[in-house]
Formats: sequence, structure tokens, C-alpha cells
Amino acid sequence: MTDRIFGGAMVLLAAFFIWAAYQIQLSFITDPLGPRAFPIVIGVVLGLCGLVIAVKPDPEPGWPALSRIVEILAAAVIFFGYGQLLPELGFLICTFIVGAYLAWRLGCGLIEAIIAGAAVSIGIYVVFHLILGLSLARGPFGF
Amino acid sequence: MEALSSLADGFSVAFTLQNLFLAFVGCFLGTIIGALPGLGPSNGVAILIPLAFTLGLPATPAIILLTSVYYGAMYGGRISSILLNIPGDEPAMMTTLDGYPMAMKGHAGEALAISGIASFIGSFVATWGLVFLAPVLVAIALLFGPAEYFALYVLAFATLGGLSAKNQAKSALAAAIGLGIAMIGVDGQTGVPRFSFGEVHLYDGIDFLVAIVGLFAVSEVFLFLEHRGERSGPGEDKVKITGRIMPPVSMLKDTAGATGRGTMIGFVAGVLPGAGASLGSFLAYAFEKKWSDKDKSFGTGNPKGIAAPEAGNNASAGGALVPMLALGVPGSGTTAVLLAMLLALNITPGPLLFTQNADVVWGLIAALFIGNVMLLIMNLPLIALFARVLLIPVRYLMPAVAMISFVSVYGISGSTFDITMVVLFGVLGWFLRKIEVPTVPVVLGILLGNAMEVNLRREMTISNGDLWALIDSPISIVLWLLAIGGFVFPIVMGQIRKKPAGISATEKEMADPD
Repeated sequence: MTDRIFGGAMVLLAAFFIWAAYQIQLSFITDPLGPRAFPIVIGVVLGLCGLVIAVKPDPEPGWPALSRIVEILAAAVIFFGYGQLLPELGFLICTFIVGAYLAWRLGCGLIEAIIAGAAVSIGIYVVFHLILGLSLARGPFGF
Repeated sequence: MEALSSLADGFSVAFTLQNLFLAFVGCFLGTIIGALPGLGPSNGVAILIPLAFTLGLPATPAIILLTSVYYGAMYGGRISSILLNIPGDEPAMMTTLDGYPMAMKGHAGEALAISGIASFIGSFVATWGLVFLAPVLVAIALLFGPAEYFALYVLAFATLGGLSAKNQAKSALAAAIGLGIAMIGVDGQTGVPRFSFGEVHLYDGIDFLVAIVGLFAVSEVFLFLEHRGERSGPGEDKVKITGRIMPPVSMLKDTAGATGRGTMIGFVAGVLPGAGASLGSFLAYAFEKKWSDKDKSFGTGNPKGIAAPEAGNNASAGGALVPMLALGVPGSGTTAVLLAMLLALNITPGPLLFTQNADVVWGLIAALFIGNVMLLIMNLPLIALFARVLLIPVRYLMPAVAMISFVSVYGISGSTFDITMVVLFGVLGWFLRKIEVPTVPVVLGILLGNAMEVNLRREMTISNGDLWALIDSPISIVLWLLAIGGFVFPIVMGQIRKKPAGISATEKEMADPD
């Protein structure tokens, strides 16, 4: 069933892609093929593959329990927040929080997770910023 | 023997203190990256690229560092295969079959040493193969025009799913997704934005480094979150190396044939498009089993069953560099990642690389010889040290991997947008891996998409829009036929490569691709 839905979604994506390719404006500079042709070919290939997958699906993959899918989505949201907050809070604080969260979700106890988060955050700061000179996001306290 | 004099020049490039140091660091990190389940050659190299890039390393040192990591990972993968029955990365999967039984019998030391020596011979011979074969391919590639290049790219995509593909539709779909992503951004030839939907961040297109780190490294973190608690960490006693660290000479003699055959098969598998180190080690093991398994002892701890796949995977790692450097068309995930790094440094691999940046290529090849000797030395006496790395629990390792991935992506542009993209690619990578759509063609599509289109449009401009121009030279006809054959053959033959019994579906899913 997964493959049927996925294949169908890919056919829709292909249709959208081809429609979007037709929206590409043509410029006064031009070549025989133009900027639309190759994307349209890709869209056709994408659609055909999606169709084949929908018609001849593989055996169902081993989907995890819903709780684990929520787990993954939660991590993705946290990572997204990490990107948003980096310029505000700076590298050390953000990395500490996310590192500790991940360590906790991967099976650490609370205190252990806090130590792991601090170790990851400070470790990366020392190695990559202080030793290797990579620029990291600065926070309100200069780090 | 022009190649030999170029190689001598290469050694003079490689023998600087900085390059030797980087080769050493790369080999050391690579062995660890290969050994740790959860970090393999492709994602290990992927998170190091933006770092090498932002640290401002020039091209030669940067590629020396990263190819040393690549070679090192091929050595390291065997360690957890033998000690824990968990492949450290996908190419080391076949090594579990005889390596783990040997360790169970108390001969872990011998198994590690035999596989270390086989790895050395495999990559040593393959690096010589690279020295002599790459210039030949370059000479052929100099005859290529845009039509031939376009056909070559088609060939690369058609065969990328390769013999290992279960479902060619999914491989082709993955390539189409990658090519589609490559189309995002301003069209280089006419200057019009495509698929940007008014989003300014998309005008530059999607940075392939962001896509690579997301698809290969961040997706790994999600897989570990999904499978948390299913795999308990190894105990102290598991990583203690039993037996002798140096194997008896008789065992070396006994496995010499297997090593030699594994090397040959692995190298050929590596050079051919669409076959990375995983296939090399698989074919080497399968062939050796047919060749010398007289007493049915394969699978119960026969040293030949370790020597062959290890020589095979290291030889194909070297072999896979041949098409990547000479043609600019990688055949495996890790060589695609290495290609990405060269592109990020504004170096375009291909025949011109050998004439215009000869010092980069030959310096790299010389560094591979040096790194290989370093790896042999590290992997025989110091093996116990690397084995202890396996004790690092996943719950500490994966947060570090995730955060280093973000740091390296943030280092490229310092933009929040890129972090968002890397997370999206991470989720996409996790989803694709779950439904068995390979991620390597996606990456290759993003990398090669624009070059592919440019060559197509250039040919059409030359021929004034005549599509037949794509197939009017013997070389391009051959390439098209190979592409069609390479795509259809696995469908006809059915699934050739099967996962070894004894490795669960979860292990297979979580083994990092090469």
C-alpha cells in the first residue's frame, strides 16, 4: 500500500513539476532547446517511474510504531527550531539544548543527557572554533 | 611510462609536512568512522566536506584528507563486523560471515590481522590500477563531445542502481528526483529563474553539500531514533581481542590466493559504473566461495572468507576513483561525495583535471600510497585501540554526529535557511531509505544535473536542434547501448545480490552505504 500511495504521489509531483516547467519564463536569450525542455523530460521520467511503482508495488516496508514516527517528527521540529534560534541564542546554548535532547531520546538518563549535551556543545566549540577557527553562531554573550 | 614520472611529481607534492599530517589524520578518523556503526564512508566524508571547505584548505590538502578518510573507512568497517557481527558500514557486510565465527572461536586477532593485510593488498594494487588505468580513460575521454558526455551521464544514472538494485523503477525515480532538485535556481544559460516560486534563497539553487549532509548524515540520526533500544551496546568482553595479533605465516600463505582473486574482482567492480565497494566485496566473497570452498567451511570461520571480501572492498574503493577522477562520473555514494567536494573547490574532475590540475591528481594518488602504508601500520599493532572505539554508546555518538552535521552546514553559508533544508533532506532521506529508494542517485542527480543539461543544450545548439545528433558518433552509440543494457539487465536477471543470512533487515537498513 505504501508504494501505491508513494507512486501516486510521485505522479502528482511529476504533473506539478511539468506544469511548473511550463511556467518558466522564456528570456530573449535563447537556444534551440531552451530552459523548459530538460525539466519536462525529467518530469516525464519521474511520472513514469511513479506509475510503475504504483502498479507494481514492493512488499510493505517495516513501518515503525506511530510513537516512533512522532519521535522522528519531534526531532525534526527541534532541529528546525535549532536553526531558527541559532542567531538569537548562539551556538553553545542551542547546541547544548539539542544535544541533550537527542541524548535523552536515544536512551540517556536526565543527568547523563545534560552532561552529554554539555560535552558535545563545549567539545565542538573547543575543537572547531577555538582550535580550527571555524566561525560559529554568536549569541548574546559573545558565544 | 609517463604515468610513473607524473607519480614521482605527485610524491613531491604529497611529501610536505602538512599533507602527510592530513593523510595521517584522515586515515585515523577514517578507521574510526568506518568502525562505528552509524558512521560510514559516505556520511563520514559528507560531514567533513563543509568543514574542510570552511577551514580554507586548498584543493590538494582537502582532497588528501577526505580520500584518506575514504580509504580508512574501508579498513575500519571490518572491525565491528568481526567483533560484533554488525557491519561497520555496508561494504563490510560480507566480512561478518566468516569474521564473526572466527572471533567466536577465539581467533579475533588473526581475523583482524588477515583482513587488515588483505585490505592493504587490495587497496595497494587498486591504487596502482588507478595510476595506469586513469590516464587511458582520460585519453578516451578527450575524444568526448557534448553528445558523448550526455550519453555518459545517462549511462551513470542507468547503471547506478546497478546489479544491487531491487527495483529499477525506484533507482530511476531517485535519479529523477535528484535531477529535478538540480533544476531549481537560475538557469545558467538564459538567466531565468526556474522552480524558485519567488523564494530568493532558491535562486542560487540547492547547495549539494546541504543535500548530501541531510540525505546521508541526518537521515542516519533519524534511523537511530526509530530503532532506539533495539540494539544493545557491546560489552567490554566483546571488544577484547582474542588470539594472536599477528597471524601465522601459514595462514597468510593460505589466504594469499583469496586475497589476490578478491583484489582483481573488487577492482573491476569498482571501476565499472554503478558498482561501489559493497558489490565488490559481495562478488569477491561469492566467487571465493565457489572457487575454494571444498570442505564447506565458508561461513564457519574460514580465513579465506575474510581475506576475499576485505581485499575486494578495498580494491573497489580504489577502482571507483578511476571513473570519478578521469570522467567526473562517480559510481558510488562516497565517490559522489568526493566529487561534490572537488566541485565545491571549483575543480571539475574529468580529463581536463589531469592536464590542468595534474598536481592535484597525482598528489592525491601519491597520498593514497602513503596513507595506505599508514593504515596498515595503524591497523595491525594498534587494532586494540580502534576496537575500543566500539564501546562508545550510540546515545552519545549520534548527538555528536547530528550537531557536527549542523555545524558543518552552518559553516558553509551561516544561514538558518540551510539548516532548515538539511533537516528536510534528513527527513526525506529517512523516508526514502524506509521505502527502499536508494539515496545515492538523488545525490548524483543533484551533482550532475546541471552539467548534464548544459551538455544536452550545447549539443542541440551545435546541431541546431536535431535530436539525432545525440547518437551519431560510435562512442555515443556504444554508451547509449551500455546504458540501456545496464538498466535492463538487472530487471531480466532479477535480484542478484542478496543480503547475507544472519544479518537482520534492520542491520541491513542501518548499514551506511559506501
